[in-house]
Amino acid sequence: MQITGHLASSAGFVPPSTSDFNLPPIFGHSAYLTKPIALVFFSVILISAFFILASRKSAVVPSKLQYAGESIYSFVRKDLGEEIIGSGFLAYVPFLFTLFTFVLVNNVFGIIPFMQFPAMSHVSFPYVLAGFSYFIFHAIGVKRQGLIPYLKGIAFLPGVPKFAYILLTPIEIATYFLIRPVTLALRLFANMFAGHLLLLVFIGGGNYMLHDSHLLMKFLSPFSFSFGIIMTFFEFMVQCLQAYIITLLSALFIAGALAEEH
Amino acid sequence: MEAAANPLIPNTAELVVGVIAFSLLFIVLRSRVVPMFEKAFTARTEAIEGGIAKAEHAQREAEAALKAYTAQLNDARSEAQSIREEARVQGAAIIEDLRGKAQEEASRITAAAHASIEAERQQAVASLRHEVGALATELASKIVGEALDDQVRQSGIVDRFLTDLEKSSK
Repeated sequence: MQITGHLASSAGFVPPSTSDFNLPPIFGHSAYLTKPIALVFFSVILISAFFILASRKSAVVPSKLQYAGESIYSFVRKDLGEEIIGSGFLAYVPFLFTLFTFVLVNNVFGIIPFMQFPAMSHVSFPYVLAGFSYFIFHAIGVKRQGLIPYLKGIAFLPGVPKFAYILLTPIEIATYFLIRPVTLALRLFANMFAGHLLLLVFIGGGNYMLHDSHLLMKFLSPFSFSFGIIMTFFEFMVQCLQAYIITLLSALFIAGALAEEH
Repeated sequence: MEAAANPLIPNTAELVVGVIAFSLLFIVLRSRVVPMFEKAFTARTEAIEGGIAKAEHAQREAEAALKAYTAQLNDARSEAQSIREEARVQGAAIIEDLRGKAQEEASRITAAAHASIEAERQQAVASLRHEVGALATELASKIVGEALDDQVRQSGIVDRFLTDLEKSSK
Protein backbone atom coordinates (compact mmCIF):
# COMPACT_ATOMS: atom_id res chain seq x y z
CA MET A 1 0.00 0.00 0.00
CA GLN A 2 2.86 2.27 0.90
CA ILE A 3 4.81 1.27 -2.20
CA THR A 4 1.83 2.00 -4.45
CA GLY A 5 1.25 5.32 -2.80
CA HIS A 6 4.87 6.19 -3.11
CA LEU A 7 5.03 5.20 -6.74
CA ALA A 8 1.78 6.88 -7.63
CA SER A 9 2.99 10.11 -6.20
CA SER A 10 6.50 9.97 -7.64
CA ALA A 11 6.03 8.40 -11.13
CA GLY A 12 2.45 9.62 -11.57
CA PHE A 13 0.33 6.55 -12.38
CA VAL A 14 -2.90 7.86 -13.86
CA PRO A 15 -5.77 5.45 -13.23
CA PRO A 16 -8.22 5.11 -16.12
CA SER A 17 -11.23 7.37 -15.79
CA THR A 18 -14.35 8.31 -17.69
CA SER A 19 -12.27 10.67 -19.79
CA ASP A 20 -10.64 7.59 -21.37
CA PHE A 21 -13.94 6.99 -23.11
CA ASN A 22 -13.82 10.35 -24.83
CA LEU A 23 -11.74 9.42 -27.80
CA PRO A 24 -10.67 12.26 -30.03
CA PRO A 25 -11.90 12.35 -33.64
CA ILE A 26 -9.91 10.08 -35.92
CA PHE A 27 -9.02 13.09 -38.04
CA GLY A 28 -10.19 16.63 -38.22
CA HIS A 29 -12.54 18.00 -35.61
CA SER A 30 -15.87 16.54 -36.72
CA ALA A 31 -17.88 14.91 -33.96
CA TYR A 32 -18.98 12.32 -36.56
CA LEU A 33 -15.49 10.99 -37.25
CA THR A 34 -14.84 9.22 -34.00
CA LYS A 35 -13.87 5.63 -33.27
CA PRO A 36 -17.22 4.51 -31.80
CA ILE A 37 -19.14 5.92 -34.76
CA ALA A 38 -16.79 4.23 -37.20
CA LEU A 39 -17.16 0.98 -35.30
CA VAL A 40 -20.96 1.22 -35.32
CA PHE A 41 -21.03 1.74 -39.06
CA PHE A 42 -18.51 -1.01 -39.55
CA SER A 43 -20.70 -3.34 -37.49
CA VAL A 44 -23.68 -2.55 -39.70
CA ILE A 45 -21.68 -3.39 -42.82
CA LEU A 46 -20.24 -6.54 -41.24
CA ILE A 47 -23.58 -7.87 -40.00
CA SER A 48 -25.36 -7.06 -43.25
CA ALA A 49 -22.65 -8.67 -45.37
CA PHE A 50 -22.48 -11.79 -43.24
CA PHE A 51 -26.20 -12.42 -43.15
CA ILE A 52 -26.82 -11.52 -46.79
CA LEU A 53 -24.13 -14.00 -47.81
CA ALA A 54 -25.45 -16.61 -45.39
CA SER A 55 -29.09 -16.29 -46.44
CA ARG A 56 -28.54 -15.67 -50.15
CA LYS A 57 -29.26 -19.23 -51.29
CA SER A 58 -31.92 -20.09 -48.71
CA ALA A 59 -31.27 -23.75 -49.46
CA VAL A 60 -33.21 -26.58 -47.90
CA VAL A 61 -29.92 -28.30 -47.13
CA PRO A 62 -27.81 -25.42 -45.79
CA SER A 63 -24.14 -24.79 -46.42
CA LYS A 64 -21.90 -24.20 -43.41
CA LEU A 65 -22.24 -20.44 -43.82
CA GLN A 66 -26.00 -20.60 -44.15
CA TYR A 67 -26.16 -22.91 -41.17
CA ALA A 68 -24.13 -20.48 -39.06
CA GLY A 69 -26.38 -17.57 -40.04
CA GLU A 70 -29.50 -19.64 -39.51
CA SER A 71 -28.36 -20.75 -36.07
CA ILE A 72 -28.15 -17.15 -34.88
CA TYR A 73 -31.38 -16.19 -36.59
CA SER A 74 -33.32 -19.18 -35.34
CA PHE A 75 -31.97 -18.62 -31.82
CA VAL A 76 -33.53 -15.14 -31.82
CA ARG A 77 -36.60 -16.37 -33.66
CA LYS A 78 -37.32 -19.32 -31.38
CA ASP A 79 -35.88 -18.55 -27.94
CA LEU A 80 -36.58 -14.82 -27.94
CA GLY A 81 -39.50 -14.58 -30.36
CA GLU A 82 -41.67 -17.65 -30.38
CA GLU A 83 -41.25 -18.71 -26.78
CA ILE A 84 -41.67 -15.27 -25.24
CA ILE A 85 -44.04 -13.40 -27.54
CA GLY A 86 -46.05 -16.42 -28.66
CA SER A 87 -48.60 -16.09 -31.47
CA GLY A 88 -47.88 -13.30 -33.93
CA PHE A 89 -44.21 -13.24 -32.92
CA LEU A 90 -42.96 -13.31 -36.48
CA ALA A 91 -43.70 -9.61 -37.05
CA TYR A 92 -41.27 -8.64 -34.30
CA VAL A 93 -38.47 -11.04 -35.17
CA PRO A 94 -36.73 -8.60 -37.57
CA PHE A 95 -36.52 -6.00 -34.80
CA LEU A 96 -35.30 -8.46 -32.19
CA PHE A 97 -32.85 -9.97 -34.66
CA THR A 98 -31.44 -6.53 -35.54
CA LEU A 99 -31.22 -5.57 -31.90
CA PHE A 100 -29.45 -8.78 -30.89
CA THR A 101 -26.89 -8.83 -33.70
CA PHE A 102 -26.22 -5.08 -33.49
CA VAL A 103 -25.56 -5.16 -29.75
CA LEU A 104 -23.65 -8.43 -29.86
CA VAL A 105 -21.25 -7.38 -32.59
CA ASN A 106 -20.66 -3.93 -31.13
CA ASN A 107 -20.08 -5.40 -27.70
CA VAL A 108 -17.66 -8.02 -28.95
CA PHE A 109 -15.75 -5.28 -30.76
CA GLY A 110 -14.68 -4.37 -27.25
CA ILE A 111 -12.25 -7.26 -27.07
CA ILE A 112 -11.25 -7.64 -30.71
CA PRO A 113 -7.68 -6.43 -31.24
CA PHE A 114 -7.35 -3.00 -32.86
CA MET A 115 -11.01 -2.25 -32.36
CA GLN A 116 -11.08 -2.82 -28.63
CA PHE A 117 -13.84 -0.42 -27.91
CA PRO A 118 -17.43 -1.31 -27.09
CA ALA A 119 -19.61 1.35 -28.70
CA MET A 120 -22.29 0.58 -26.12
CA SER A 121 -20.06 2.11 -23.45
CA HIS A 122 -21.08 5.39 -25.02
CA VAL A 123 -24.48 5.90 -23.51
CA SER A 124 -25.95 7.48 -26.63
CA PHE A 125 -26.17 4.13 -28.41
CA PRO A 126 -27.98 2.29 -25.62
CA TYR A 127 -30.33 5.28 -25.37
CA VAL A 128 -31.15 4.92 -29.04
CA LEU A 129 -31.76 1.18 -28.74
CA ALA A 130 -33.87 1.53 -25.62
CA GLY A 131 -35.72 4.35 -27.39
CA PHE A 132 -36.61 2.04 -30.29
CA SER A 133 -37.70 -0.69 -27.92
CA TYR A 134 -39.73 1.81 -25.88
CA PHE A 135 -41.41 3.24 -28.95
CA ILE A 136 -42.24 -0.22 -30.33
CA PHE A 137 -43.81 -1.71 -27.24
CA HIS A 138 -45.91 1.38 -26.56
CA ALA A 139 -46.92 1.55 -30.22
CA ILE A 140 -48.05 -2.08 -30.05
CA GLY A 141 -50.04 -1.41 -26.90
CA VAL A 142 -51.75 1.65 -28.38
CA LYS A 143 -52.45 -0.10 -31.67
CA ARG A 144 -53.87 -3.13 -29.91
CA GLN A 145 -56.05 -1.43 -27.38
CA GLY A 146 -56.38 2.19 -28.43
CA LEU A 147 -54.61 5.05 -26.70
CA ILE A 148 -57.02 5.68 -23.83
CA PRO A 149 -57.70 2.04 -22.85
CA TYR A 150 -53.98 1.32 -23.07
CA LEU A 151 -53.01 4.19 -20.77
CA LYS A 152 -55.90 3.39 -18.46
CA GLY A 153 -54.82 -0.24 -18.33
CA ILE A 154 -51.34 0.82 -17.28
CA ALA A 155 -52.43 3.41 -14.73
CA PHE A 156 -55.32 1.49 -13.20
CA LEU A 157 -54.68 -2.21 -12.88
CA PRO A 158 -58.02 -4.01 -12.98
CA GLY A 159 -58.96 -6.28 -10.11
CA VAL A 160 -57.21 -4.12 -7.53
CA PRO A 161 -59.03 -2.45 -4.62
CA LYS A 162 -59.59 1.28 -5.21
CA PHE A 163 -57.43 2.55 -2.38
CA ALA A 164 -54.43 0.63 -3.74
CA TYR A 165 -54.35 2.96 -6.75
CA ILE A 166 -52.81 5.63 -4.56
CA LEU A 167 -49.76 3.43 -4.37
CA LEU A 168 -49.95 1.44 -7.59
CA THR A 169 -50.75 4.13 -10.15
CA PRO A 170 -47.52 6.13 -9.70
CA ILE A 171 -45.49 2.91 -9.59
CA GLU A 172 -47.07 1.52 -12.75
CA ILE A 173 -46.73 4.79 -14.66
CA ALA A 174 -43.11 5.15 -13.60
CA THR A 175 -42.41 1.53 -14.55
CA TYR A 176 -43.85 1.78 -18.02
CA PHE A 177 -42.68 5.25 -19.00
CA LEU A 178 -39.46 5.77 -17.10
CA ILE A 179 -37.96 2.74 -15.42
CA ARG A 180 -38.24 0.31 -18.30
CA PRO A 181 -36.44 2.37 -20.96
CA VAL A 182 -33.90 3.83 -18.59
CA THR A 183 -32.92 0.50 -17.05
CA LEU A 184 -32.82 -1.08 -20.48
CA ALA A 185 -30.31 1.52 -21.67
CA LEU A 186 -28.33 1.85 -18.47
CA ARG A 187 -27.92 -1.88 -17.90
CA LEU A 188 -26.25 -2.28 -21.25
CA PHE A 189 -24.27 0.93 -20.96
CA ALA A 190 -23.03 0.26 -17.42
CA ASN A 191 -21.95 -3.30 -18.16
CA MET A 192 -19.97 -2.29 -21.21
CA PHE A 193 -18.57 0.80 -19.52
CA ALA A 194 -17.48 -1.03 -16.39
CA GLY A 195 -16.12 -3.96 -18.36
CA HIS A 196 -14.00 -1.73 -20.53
CA LEU A 197 -12.80 0.22 -17.53
CA LEU A 198 -11.81 -3.01 -15.81
CA LEU A 199 -9.73 -4.09 -18.78
CA LEU A 200 -8.12 -0.64 -18.89
CA VAL A 201 -7.20 -0.91 -15.23
CA PHE A 202 -5.52 -4.30 -15.49
CA ILE A 203 -3.80 -3.84 -18.82
CA GLY A 204 -2.87 -0.19 -18.21
CA GLY A 205 -1.67 -1.14 -14.74
CA GLY A 206 0.39 -4.02 -16.08
CA ASN A 207 1.93 -1.77 -18.66
CA TYR A 208 2.73 0.85 -16.07
CA MET A 209 4.29 -1.68 -13.73
CA LEU A 210 6.38 -3.19 -16.51
CA HIS A 211 7.96 0.18 -17.28
CA ASP A 212 8.53 1.02 -13.65
CA SER A 213 12.16 1.12 -12.54
CA HIS A 214 11.41 -0.90 -9.42
CA LEU A 215 12.23 -4.63 -9.98
CA LEU A 216 9.36 -5.88 -7.81
CA MET A 217 6.91 -3.93 -9.95
CA LYS A 218 8.33 -5.48 -13.13
CA PHE A 219 7.94 -8.89 -11.48
CA LEU A 220 4.32 -8.25 -10.56
CA SER A 221 3.38 -6.83 -13.94
CA PRO A 222 2.57 -10.21 -15.63
CA PHE A 223 -0.01 -10.92 -12.93
CA SER A 224 -1.84 -7.77 -13.84
CA PHE A 225 -1.62 -8.67 -17.54
CA SER A 226 -2.82 -12.21 -17.03
CA PHE A 227 -5.70 -10.98 -14.95
CA GLY A 228 -6.46 -8.63 -17.81
CA ILE A 229 -6.60 -11.65 -20.12
CA ILE A 230 -8.86 -13.56 -17.74
CA MET A 231 -11.11 -10.53 -17.53
CA THR A 232 -11.17 -10.38 -21.33
CA PHE A 233 -12.75 -13.83 -21.41
CA PHE A 234 -15.10 -12.78 -18.69
CA GLU A 235 -15.94 -9.68 -20.71
CA PHE A 236 -16.73 -11.79 -23.74
CA MET A 237 -19.30 -13.64 -21.65
CA VAL A 238 -20.77 -10.39 -20.34
CA GLN A 239 -20.92 -8.93 -23.84
CA CYS A 240 -22.89 -11.88 -25.17
CA LEU A 241 -25.07 -11.95 -22.11
CA GLN A 242 -25.91 -8.26 -22.35
CA ALA A 243 -26.85 -8.60 -26.01
CA TYR A 244 -29.13 -11.45 -25.00
CA ILE A 245 -30.62 -9.56 -22.06
CA ILE A 246 -31.53 -6.37 -23.90
CA THR A 247 -33.20 -8.46 -26.62
CA LEU A 248 -34.93 -10.67 -24.08
CA LEU A 249 -36.30 -7.70 -22.16
CA SER A 250 -37.47 -5.99 -25.35
CA ALA A 251 -39.24 -9.23 -26.32
CA LEU A 252 -40.83 -9.40 -22.87
CA PHE A 253 -42.07 -5.81 -23.15
CA ILE A 254 -43.52 -6.54 -26.59
CA ALA A 255 -45.14 -9.71 -25.29
CA GLY A 256 -46.58 -7.70 -22.38
CA ALA A 257 -48.01 -5.05 -24.69
CA LEU A 258 -49.48 -7.73 -26.97
CA ALA A 259 -51.03 -9.84 -24.27
CA GLU A 260 -51.96 -7.02 -21.95
CA GLU A 261 -55.38 -7.45 -20.48
CA HIS A 262 -54.62 -5.23 -17.54
CA MET B 1 -15.91 19.39 -21.92
CA GLU B 2 -17.82 19.65 -18.68
CA ALA B 3 -20.77 17.77 -20.19
CA ALA B 4 -18.61 15.15 -21.88
CA ALA B 5 -17.09 14.18 -18.57
CA ASN B 6 -20.43 12.83 -17.38
CA PRO B 7 -20.81 9.45 -19.10
CA LEU B 8 -24.61 9.54 -18.79
CA ILE B 9 -25.01 12.61 -21.00
CA PRO B 10 -25.62 11.52 -24.59
CA ASN B 11 -23.69 12.91 -27.50
CA THR B 12 -25.79 14.33 -30.34
CA ALA B 13 -23.61 12.94 -33.11
CA GLU B 14 -23.75 9.48 -31.60
CA LEU B 15 -27.51 9.63 -31.14
CA VAL B 16 -27.94 10.51 -34.79
CA VAL B 17 -25.52 7.83 -35.90
CA GLY B 18 -27.15 5.30 -33.60
CA VAL B 19 -30.58 5.92 -35.10
CA ILE B 20 -29.28 5.83 -38.67
CA ALA B 21 -27.09 2.76 -38.16
CA PHE B 22 -29.74 0.77 -36.36
CA SER B 23 -32.42 1.71 -38.89
CA LEU B 24 -30.11 0.83 -41.75
CA LEU B 25 -29.32 -2.56 -40.26
CA PHE B 26 -32.99 -3.15 -39.52
CA ILE B 27 -33.98 -2.37 -43.12
CA VAL B 28 -31.28 -4.62 -44.55
CA LEU B 29 -32.00 -7.55 -42.25
CA ARG B 30 -35.74 -7.21 -42.63
CA SER B 31 -35.79 -6.95 -46.40
CA ARG B 32 -32.88 -9.15 -47.41
CA VAL B 33 -32.11 -11.63 -44.65
CA VAL B 34 -35.23 -12.52 -42.67
CA PRO B 35 -37.38 -13.39 -45.75
CA MET B 36 -34.63 -15.63 -47.10
CA PHE B 37 -34.22 -17.49 -43.81
CA GLU B 38 -37.96 -17.82 -43.46
CA LYS B 39 -38.13 -19.13 -47.02
CA ALA B 40 -35.51 -21.74 -46.19
CA PHE B 41 -37.37 -22.72 -43.01
CA THR B 42 -40.66 -23.04 -44.86
CA ALA B 43 -39.07 -25.06 -47.65
CA ARG B 44 -37.46 -27.32 -45.08
CA THR B 45 -40.68 -27.79 -43.19
CA GLU B 46 -42.48 -28.57 -46.42
CA ALA B 47 -39.78 -31.01 -47.48
CA ILE B 48 -40.03 -32.84 -44.18
CA GLU B 49 -43.81 -32.78 -44.12
CA GLY B 50 -43.90 -33.86 -47.78
CA GLY B 51 -41.66 -36.80 -46.95
CA ILE B 52 -43.86 -37.71 -44.03
CA ALA B 53 -46.99 -37.41 -46.18
CA LYS B 54 -45.41 -39.62 -48.83
CA ALA B 55 -44.48 -42.23 -46.26
CA GLU B 56 -47.97 -42.09 -44.80
CA HIS B 57 -49.44 -42.53 -48.27
CA ALA B 58 -47.23 -45.56 -48.92
CA GLN B 59 -48.19 -47.00 -45.57
CA ARG B 60 -51.88 -46.50 -46.29
CA GLU B 61 -51.46 -48.20 -49.67
CA ALA B 62 -49.65 -51.13 -48.10
CA GLU B 63 -52.36 -51.43 -45.49
CA ALA B 64 -55.06 -51.37 -48.17
CA ALA B 65 -53.25 -54.07 -50.15
CA LEU B 66 -52.87 -56.18 -47.04
CA LYS B 67 -56.55 -55.74 -46.30
CA ALA B 68 -57.45 -56.76 -49.85
CA TYR B 69 -55.25 -59.85 -49.65
CA THR B 70 -56.70 -60.80 -46.32
CA ALA B 71 -60.19 -60.36 -47.67
CA GLN B 72 -59.37 -62.50 -50.69
CA LEU B 73 -57.82 -65.13 -48.50
CA ASN B 74 -60.90 -65.13 -46.30
CA ASP B 75 -63.13 -65.39 -49.37
CA ALA B 76 -61.11 -68.33 -50.65
CA ARG B 77 -61.20 -69.95 -47.26
CA SER B 78 -64.95 -69.57 -46.90
CA GLU B 79 -65.44 -70.79 -50.45
CA ALA B 80 -63.39 -73.87 -49.72
CA GLN B 81 -65.43 -74.33 -46.57
CA SER B 82 -68.70 -74.11 -48.50
CA ILE B 83 -67.41 -76.51 -51.16
CA ARG B 84 -66.43 -78.95 -48.44
CA GLU B 85 -69.80 -78.54 -46.82
CA GLU B 86 -71.57 -79.11 -50.08
CA ALA B 87 -69.49 -82.20 -50.76
CA ARG B 88 -70.30 -83.52 -47.35
CA VAL B 89 -74.00 -82.91 -47.89
CA GLN B 90 -73.85 -84.52 -51.31
CA GLY B 91 -71.96 -87.50 -49.93
CA ALA B 92 -74.49 -87.90 -47.20
CA ALA B 93 -77.28 -87.70 -49.78
CA ILE B 94 -75.60 -90.34 -51.93
CA ILE B 95 -75.16 -92.62 -48.94
CA GLU B 96 -78.77 -92.06 -47.97
CA ASP B 97 -79.86 -92.77 -51.48
CA LEU B 98 -77.83 -95.95 -51.65
CA ARG B 99 -79.09 -97.04 -48.29
CA GLY B 100 -82.64 -96.42 -49.44
CA LYS B 101 -82.02 -98.44 -52.55
CA ALA B 102 -80.45 -101.25 -50.56
CA GLN B 103 -83.34 -101.18 -48.20
CA GLU B 104 -85.73 -101.33 -51.09
CA GLU B 105 -83.76 -104.18 -52.61
CA ALA B 106 -83.75 -106.00 -49.33
CA SER B 107 -87.46 -105.54 -48.88
CA ARG B 108 -88.01 -106.56 -52.46
CA ILE B 109 -85.97 -109.73 -51.91
CA THR B 110 -87.80 -110.36 -48.66
CA ALA B 111 -91.11 -109.85 -50.40
CA ALA B 112 -90.07 -112.22 -53.17
CA ALA B 113 -88.99 -114.76 -50.57
CA HIS B 114 -92.27 -114.35 -48.80
CA ALA B 115 -94.12 -114.75 -52.03
CA SER B 116 -92.24 -117.93 -52.96
CA ILE B 117 -92.71 -119.29 -49.45
CA GLU B 118 -96.39 -118.48 -49.72
CA ALA B 119 -96.55 -120.17 -53.11
CA GLU B 120 -94.72 -123.18 -51.79
CA ARG B 121 -97.01 -123.26 -48.83
CA GLN B 122 -100.03 -122.98 -51.08
CA GLN B 123 -98.58 -125.74 -53.18
CA ALA B 124 -97.90 -127.78 -50.04
CA VAL B 125 -101.35 -127.14 -48.75
CA ALA B 126 -102.80 -128.12 -52.09
CA SER B 127 -100.73 -131.22 -52.31
CA LEU B 128 -101.40 -131.96 -48.66
CA ARG B 129 -105.06 -131.56 -49.20
CA HIS B 130 -104.82 -133.91 -52.11
CA GLU B 131 -102.75 -136.39 -50.13
CA VAL B 132 -104.99 -136.10 -47.09
CA GLY B 133 -107.93 -136.90 -49.29
CA ALA B 134 -106.16 -139.91 -50.66
CA LEU B 135 -105.02 -140.94 -47.25
CA ALA B 136 -108.45 -140.45 -45.82
CA THR B 137 -109.80 -142.55 -48.59
CA GLU B 138 -107.15 -145.19 -47.92
CA LEU B 139 -107.74 -145.02 -44.23
CA ALA B 140 -111.42 -145.26 -44.68
CA SER B 141 -111.00 -148.25 -46.94
CA LYS B 142 -108.69 -149.81 -44.35
CA ILE B 143 -111.11 -149.09 -41.59
CA VAL B 144 -113.88 -150.45 -43.58
CA GLY B 145 -111.78 -153.48 -44.45
CA GLU B 146 -110.92 -154.39 -40.79
CA ALA B 147 -112.94 -154.94 -37.64
CA LEU B 148 -113.49 -151.88 -35.52
CA ASP B 149 -114.84 -153.42 -32.35
CA ASP B 150 -111.61 -153.41 -30.44
CA GLN B 151 -110.60 -150.01 -28.92
CA VAL B 152 -106.94 -151.01 -28.76
CA ARG B 153 -106.86 -152.25 -32.22
CA GLN B 154 -108.57 -149.11 -33.32
CA SER B 155 -105.97 -146.94 -31.63
CA GLY B 156 -103.22 -149.07 -33.16
CA ILE B 157 -104.57 -148.31 -36.60
CA VAL B 158 -104.55 -144.64 -35.90
CA ASP B 159 -101.00 -144.83 -34.64
CA ARG B 160 -99.89 -146.68 -37.65
CA PHE B 161 -101.64 -144.14 -39.81
CA LEU B 162 -99.92 -141.29 -38.23
CA THR B 163 -96.58 -142.95 -38.44
CA ASP B 164 -97.15 -143.65 -42.03
CA LEU B 165 -98.14 -140.07 -42.48
CA GLU B 166 -94.96 -138.88 -40.85
CA LYS B 167 -92.92 -141.25 -42.87
CA SER B 168 -94.53 -140.21 -46.08
CA SER B 169 -94.13 -136.53 -45.37
CA LYS B 170 -90.41 -136.98 -44.65
